[in-house]
Amino acid sequence: MAQHSHEAAHVAGASHDAHHHQNWFQKYCWSTDHKMIGMQYMFTGMAMALLGAFMAYVFRMQLAFPGHAVPGFGLVSPGQYNMLITNHGSIMIFWVAMPVLIAGFGNFLIPLMIGADDMVFPRLNRLSYQLFLLSALVLIASLFVQNGGFGGAWTAYPPLSADKHYNLTPWGSSLWLIAVVLEFVAFLLGGINFIVTSMNSRAPGMKAFDVPIVVWTIVIASILFLASVGPLVAGAIMLLFDQLLGTSFFNPTRGGDPVLWQHLFWFFGHPEVYVVMLPAMGIVAEVMTVFARKKLFAYKTVIYTIIATGVLSFFVWAHHQFVAGIDPRMANVFTVTTLLISIPVAEMCFVYIATLYGGSIRLTTPMLWALAFIAEFLIGGVTGIYLGSSGLDVFFHDTYFVVAHFHYTFFPIAIIAVMSGVTFWFPKMFGRQLNEFWGKVHFWGTIIPFNGIFIPLFILGAAGEHRRIFDYSNFEHMSKPWMIDMRIAATVSLVVMLAFQIPFLINFVWSMFKGPKVGKNPWNANTLEWTADSPPPHGNWAVMPEVHRGPYEYSVPGRERDFWPQDEKV
Amino acid sequence: MLDHLIASAASFSGDVDGLFVLITVLVGVWFIAAEAMFFWLIFRFRAKDGEKAQYVTGKEKHLKKWINIPHALVLVCDVVIIVAAIRVWVTIKQTLPPADRTVRVVAQQWAWTFADPGPDQKLDTPDDIRTTDELHVEVGKTYHFLLESKDVVHSFFVPAFRLKQDADPGRIYTGWFKPTKTGSYDILCAEICGIGHGVMGALLVVDTPEAFQAWEQAHAAETPAEAASATESTPAPAAGQ
Repeated sequence: MAQHSHEAAHVAGASHDAHHHQNWFQKYCWSTDHKMIGMQYMFTGMAMALLGAFMAYVFRMQLAFPGHAVPGFGLVSPGQYNMLITNHGSIMIFWVAMPVLIAGFGNFLIPLMIGADDMVFPRLNRLSYQLFLLSALVLIASLFVQNGGFGGAWTAYPPLSADKHYNLTPWGSSLWLIAVVLEFVAFLLGGINFIVTSMNSRAPGMKAFDVPIVVWTIVIASILFLASVGPLVAGAIMLLFDQLLGTSFFNPTRGGDPVLWQHLFWFFGHPEVYVVMLPAMGIVAEVMTVFARKKLFAYKTVIYTIIATGVLSFFVWAHHQFVAGIDPRMANVFTVTTLLISIPVAEMCFVYIATLYGGSIRLTTPMLWALAFIAEFLIGGVTGIYLGSSGLDVFFHDTYFVVAHFHYTFFPIAIIAVMSGVTFWFPKMFGRQLNEFWGKVHFWGTIIPFNGIFIPLFILGAAGEHRRIFDYSNFEHMSKPWMIDMRIAATVSLVVMLAFQIPFLINFVWSMFKGPKVGKNPWNANTLEWTADSPPPHGNWAVMPEVHRGPYEYSVPGRERDFWPQDEKV
Repeated sequence: MLDHLIASAASFSGDVDGLFVLITVLVGVWFIAAEAMFFWLIFRFRAKDGEKAQYVTGKEKHLKKWINIPHALVLVCDVVIIVAAIRVWVTIKQTLPPADRTVRVVAQQWAWTFADPGPDQKLDTPDDIRTTDELHVEVGKTYHFLLESKDVVHSFFVPAFRLKQDADPGRIYTGWFKPTKTGSYDILCAEICGIGHGVMGALLVVDTPEAFQAWEQAHAAETPAEAASATESTPAPAAGQ
């Protein structure tokens, strides 16, 4: 059995079921190695990101130049526009942020960072990725069926989403829902693995507070996911029944309630923000300590704030429904809980800023991304205050202010932190170094236009420009010349930003095969993954490491070297 | 501040704009302070040859106050914002001042229809004035609106009034507004409602009392009596219409 061999391997300090030669199929399609599965999640997520980005390009071009054919796509119809925005949102959150941050980094990092040879349930892990891949294929298929993909927004509010007579995409909407359910089941399996592994497979000597922050964040995020996903999966299956079997859970004409779906969706949807945010914060913490050569400021405080954020995230969902027709008194409660979440999140930001104090900061590519995360995420954080305030949400709800706000949180999470992590752990993944010069070109070419896209959208949102509109020239108050100019500026910035992803893709692929080779620990870091070979073999270590201290003992006085790996004996 | 970007034309829109200014000032100060500190630290503690980083754990009292004091101040700002936000919310959504006139607003894929009570001031009587894509109101009067949807979730959004309320099929929501400036303003649907969502607009025309009276007289005369038998008050969208 997998577990037995796993345990035996751990005790004996040898790698499990990796002794026999693996052919191509076994290595790439049927691998149970956590690193391979993690990288498969990342590559799939990156491929889906290209699809999601292409969709963004098409609808931004439509918004800037309505009625003109979009190069590479053609004329955009209103139905296609709705399909594009719906699937852009779904893809970027469910098929990019989740797989890369939780499943990708979680799989790759957890066993390596806690000193285990693999996940506790390696075959369940394999199944998790296969289900995820299947869900991605179902989603892509949904774009090409009769009448095209689903166009009812990623929030899929019924009755629009429940009834083909309203949404006109009979197959697209059902396949979209099936893809979402499959995908959540996949992450459920992965999340169980992360929690069990990190609790049971830690290296000898590794106490709870010796575990690196990124592992803490991924595990807490997995617990949040487990606790929040049930209502959504149940809701999605009920919605599927409404679509296909004619039930009426959400259809008011036969006794259903459309607002019920909104509660089920956002009860999941808001913790979901923190499910992806926490691992991003963890990645940034790892990178910052290494390149500031500093202990993480107040390590335990960070862990407590992560837990507090996670718990609070379950009590804020109805701020998405202030104007949805819920009892207006509920808004007061949710305004309080929503604004209170700024307390732990602000604490985390302060801690990160304080970590720089007294450091010896090296502005490598991963560090630039980590620092940019904090600078940009602050904008997302403070603009959340506007929207959590019920009295102002009456105006800002569903305007571009919301769009800009969540892109200022999700872009740092799903792109900036991910880039920080990818460039940081690239040498461990492939045993080679990325090119620094092209890494920095990519960094500046992404960060500057990113702000160029979304700062205009804040202003447009404050001017009452609302979302999911195909052509603003139909409305007088949104047709002022300065607003048209801002839309064009945002679109041009997007095109520039997308163009600057090309050097990254070339650098990535080139360095994978041709980059300069590195040793075990090119960054002089402390955590356990840097004690394994680069790339680590199946089973990770020939002799399993032992842990003697916490993960962030940098620049300890009285020591010659400014780092002190966790497994190094005194 | 918002007034520079978009007209403000209802009694409570100034409250919303004031809340916007308050939050901008409070979070603006924090944002600038945090970013300034952040960039200063990056600049100040750049790696130099032969200089090691300090060993700071975060448990040192004299350093920890740099986290704890701002943290307490964030809490104070939160409380101020919560109180201000709830005050505005209560004004707009929780209190219903007595109405001078009540209108009906009906959303449907993909148009707005309105019913004005007409000269008798009562809805669902033969003299109701039914209009499509244009709602006439009188400046300075307090209006109640009865909002309903015939099919999917729509959202009644009047940006110049800073007013938004979703319309769910099967329910009737009552809200209010008091126009303060004459002119015509966009009404939009703010909740995606199908392929026509992007064109689901209407005009809200705020008239002077004289203009409103003239409009009412002109339309009351031409409204056929049988319109009263329409049953907007009981929305019954059949799935599959």
